[in-house]
Amino acid sequence: MIRITRKVEFSAAHFYHNPDLSADENRRVFGNCNNPHGHGHNYVLEVTIAGEPDPTTGMVLDLKELKDILQREIVDRMDHRHLNYEVPELAGKIPTCENIAAVIWQLLEPKITSGKLDRVRLYESPDLFADCVADTNGIERRA
Amino acid sequence: MKISLTRRYKFAASHRLHSPNLGAEENRRVYGKCNNPYGHGHNYIVEVTMAGPVDSATGMITSLGDLDPFVQSEVIEAFDHKYLNEEIQEFQALVPTTENVCREIYRRLKKYPSARLQRVRIEETLKNSFEYDEALS
Repeated sequence: MIRITRKVEFSAAHFYHNPDLSADENRRVFGNCNNPHGHGHNYVLEVTIAGEPDPTTGMVLDLKELKDILQREIVDRMDHRHLNYEVPELAGKIPTCENIAAVIWQLLEPKITSGKLDRVRLYESPDLFADCVADTNGIERRA
Repeated sequence: MKISLTRRYKFAASHRLHSPNLGAEENRRVYGKCNNPYGHGHNYIVEVTMAGPVDSATGMITSLGDLDPFVQSEVIEAFDHKYLNEEIQEFQALVPTTENVCREIYRRLKKYPSARLQRVRIEETLKNSFEYDEALS
């Protein structure tokens, strides 16, 4: 099996706020990420596809096709957007690195027609990233 | 899918690779210039990966407001600008190769109360990296 990875970047705004918590509690839990005016990041997304190379083309998945999928499904949806307001898939969710990576996984998985989605790695900054990897048990969620 | 969160930290420290169980010549042969008795140092980068359920109230596996001070007090304050062989108790009887540093940092971070430690990965230089994870522990 071979893994191939393609990287794209997008820039977006967000802030963290849970309407079920008081203003004080929001500030305590989320710190400066709770600023209601929002702030932004240059996100770097690495998407890894695993599979056997096609005997005719030598490719797991044409990287050009993967580039087009990433542009259409992720960059067009999230680049220069406010993630709290403009991405319907994130509605009702706090747009943390973990939650954005999970939404990206869900958007991409059905679009990968050759090979299998193996990992979604989303960097919020060079020192912080979330990984999504395949798991047959579904998403772990704390009640 | 399973989700994990990784944070990168840095510390600078010196060490010397020398085993008391080997003779002087054998130590030089095995460890090469890392056996220099005066020691040498690196800018270590430590990647800490936490796994576990995403809290539905916060959208997070763990808050960096909890993780950063924990890593700071358990690892960075102990290791940064130190001579690992002499100033970290565990390395007085254990050669501070980055394999062993990785395992020691994993041991220290394993007791983090708010999420499950999945992996510690250390870049000793741009060319060398070492990993220790829960499947190996």
